[in-house]
Amino acid sequence: MTRKILGPFNRVEGDLEVHYEAEQGRITQAWVNSSLFRGFERILIGKAPSDALVYTPRICGICSVAQSVAAARALADAQGLKPAPNGQLATNLILACENVADHLSHFYLFFMPDFAREVYQTKAWYPVIAQRFKAQSGSAMPEVLKARAEWLHITSLLAGKWPHSLSIQAGGTTKTLEMQEWLRLQLLIRQFRLFLEKTVFADTLESVVSLSSYTELNAWLEQHPYGDFAQFLQLAHDLNLFALGRGYDQFLSYGAYAYQNQYAFAQSVWCKGEVTSLDTQGISEDISHAFMQGVQRVAHPQQGETVPHLEKENAYSLCKAPRLYQQVMETGALARQLIDGQALIHGVVEQFGGTVATRVIARLIELARVVLAMEQWCQQLQLKEAFCTHGKLPKQAEGVGLVEAARGSLGHWLRIDEGKISHYQIIAPTTWNFSPRDELGQAGALEQALVGTVVEDEGAINVQHIVRSFDPCMVCTVH
Amino acid sequence: MKQDTTHKTFNLLWLQSGGCGGCSMSLLNAESPDLYQTLALANINLLWHPSLSEASNQQVIDLLNDILNDQICLDALCLEGSVIHAPNNTGLLHKFAGTNQAMKYWLQALVEKARYVIAIGSCAAFGGITAAGDNPTDATGLQYDGAKQGALLQPEWRSRADFPVINIAGCPTHPAWITDTLLQLALGQFSQDCLDEFNRPRSYTDHLVHHGCPRNEFYEYKASAEQAGDMGCMMEHRGCLGTQARADCNTRLWNGSGSCLRGGYACINCTAPDFENPPHAFGETPKIAGIPIGLPSDMPKAWFVALASLSKAATPKRVRDNALADRVVIAPQGKGRKV
Repeated sequence: MTRKILGPFNRVEGDLEVHYEAEQGRITQAWVNSSLFRGFERILIGKAPSDALVYTPRICGICSVAQSVAAARALADAQGLKPAPNGQLATNLILACENVADHLSHFYLFFMPDFAREVYQTKAWYPVIAQRFKAQSGSAMPEVLKARAEWLHITSLLAGKWPHSLSIQAGGTTKTLEMQEWLRLQLLIRQFRLFLEKTVFADTLESVVSLSSYTELNAWLEQHPYGDFAQFLQLAHDLNLFALGRGYDQFLSYGAYAYQNQYAFAQSVWCKGEVTSLDTQGISEDISHAFMQGVQRVAHPQQGETVPHLEKENAYSLCKAPRLYQQVMETGALARQLIDGQALIHGVVEQFGGTVATRVIARLIELARVVLAMEQWCQQLQLKEAFCTHGKLPKQAEGVGLVEAARGSLGHWLRIDEGKISHYQIIAPTTWNFSPRDELGQAGALEQALVGTVVEDEGAINVQHIVRSFDPCMVCTVH
Repeated sequence: MKQDTTHKTFNLLWLQSGGCGGCSMSLLNAESPDLYQTLALANINLLWHPSLSEASNQQVIDLLNDILNDQICLDALCLEGSVIHAPNNTGLLHKFAGTNQAMKYWLQALVEKARYVIAIGSCAAFGGITAAGDNPTDATGLQYDGAKQGALLQPEWRSRADFPVINIAGCPTHPAWITDTLLQLALGQFSQDCLDEFNRPRSYTDHLVHHGCPRNEFYEYKASAEQAGDMGCMMEHRGCLGTQARADCNTRLWNGSGSCLRGGYACINCTAPDFENPPHAFGETPKIAGIPIGLPSDMPKAWFVALASLSKAATPKRVRDNALADRVVIAPQGKGRKV
């Protein structure tokens, strides 16, 4: 048996360490350690409730808007405020802008550079992939940095800037869009669509989102072999990434992009083929293997607490273990597209489960679907109507804010007493995906996905692929 | 990745500790040209950056050890995020993954090898958001704990090139604040007088956020916004600190054409030490006898009050009405135009 520690992982937004044991070149057990604590849930205590909109986006520089939206929804819930329809659409557009930028950054900057590593230099595809995707110097980098930066101009129209905007409020957004800005918004979306259709997919977005099965995907690949998505699919077949990093196949989505009581991507829970509705009362955080102390080992986030305790026995991560009715959940683009019934994603999950390849395919299919949805939201904006409604926070209240960040389900639970925040708990997407074991000994989603993985090389390249296929955000994880 | 010791390039190492990574994400927004082309102008070589580099695991640890053993010359060490000191000054609430050592330990060793040490963002400069509230991680900046000098590094500490820590404060930093400073350093165009009283680069702190604010006309007349989304000046009621805040946000602009003010919300003075703990809610202006405290820092208060009451009395109806609306309700009228 060999035992190994991997870290620091880069291209994962923050600090991550993976420990594993292997026998005959295969991982038998893995432990995921998040090694940075900042304590936002404690920083917020005693602050004015509206200050959550300043602090929580700064949990994370890459999902800053998602944190804003969760805080704004929790504050809206606490005062029973319904956001202006324009404010909902503008919020969706800002959030979608961030999520799309994150999916793009993940594919090009974080995930693909691993295939340009020397460990693959004997592969037939290596010269092409290395030339295109090498970290920092690949030919894709200038194209992607330009497309990403110009795409984020959308935030200057709707949110002032990115990251760390204060435009998203409980009642909508602070920025009323003028006609010329509305036109500019559409031009920016148009320009990005052209980039996706030329560089990422080498096909129209409509054609990409209409793919409905694994067979169709492969037929499409034959006919459209030149885009960067196709480059990935080809090497995914060659390396059998469809079988790498399979987790529990239990998925959660809070529902994405709310507008007038409907989600663009549905909310529910999918466990090994069975779909059930989400009951947030079943959510708990377990601290049995976390460097945390608390009165209860397992608590609903409306009751949970966050007190670090580094000398605790049997603990190995600063991350708590969220569970839904004691079940481990995987969350992210794959969960969202599966739960929304996107036919291709449904098909590949039925066939292969949640794996490195299916997670990445889902992220790119979602990229196309979200940009198409954004075109619709632009048309639904009523420029003569208000973007924000106003309310008054009660001195005493509770609120929950749920949102889908790029990486998956994000929730804020807050309580207000005497006009100040008296309780704040956050469960981030990577808290779900990279949780440690719970009191039943169940491994977290990544820990499970690593079991059985072949590790023959010094750098454990398969582990690198599996870890990054979740698009982890470690700064959010522990917050 | 490893560099020649003859040292033709400007070698940059970027580390992250108690922060959100947002300054890195913002840095990637550099445009015309993109980040990598910008760095190439001054031959800046990114030895390692946690979000951008290929190297992981042992390769990274080897690189750090090579720097510590003087095998690689380190021109600039950038830290993004606060220095974490808890618990009990061990720093173990942030272990640098894969090393079983606190990040604080690595920083202490690496700063001594760097010609320049650069704090990226208000967290690394002063403690920032991570030091807010009861500061559960005992977070500080590299050389400042809030506005007070002396943190991980003592006030008199100087880097190999005889500079204090260069504090590129901001939450987040504008990409150009970082690239301008790096280019100046790499091109030999940075001197002590390029730093302000908190060791921030004067290239952006010689300006005020107020400069170029699109709400300037409302400010002139003290025509004030009352609720979120109102177009008026946000200084009187909504906590805006743009008249005191040291940055060029409204002349350099963000993401093409934005800024906080342009997005419809107040400046929270994020380039200043201790901005994270105002003694009131961020979105409210504290007042004494109806007069906001924290007026423009270099204007005599009596003059301000006198001018404000005069200009309030002179406010045109257009400005007064627009200030309380979320869009232009009365447009400016030229003399030749028929109403």
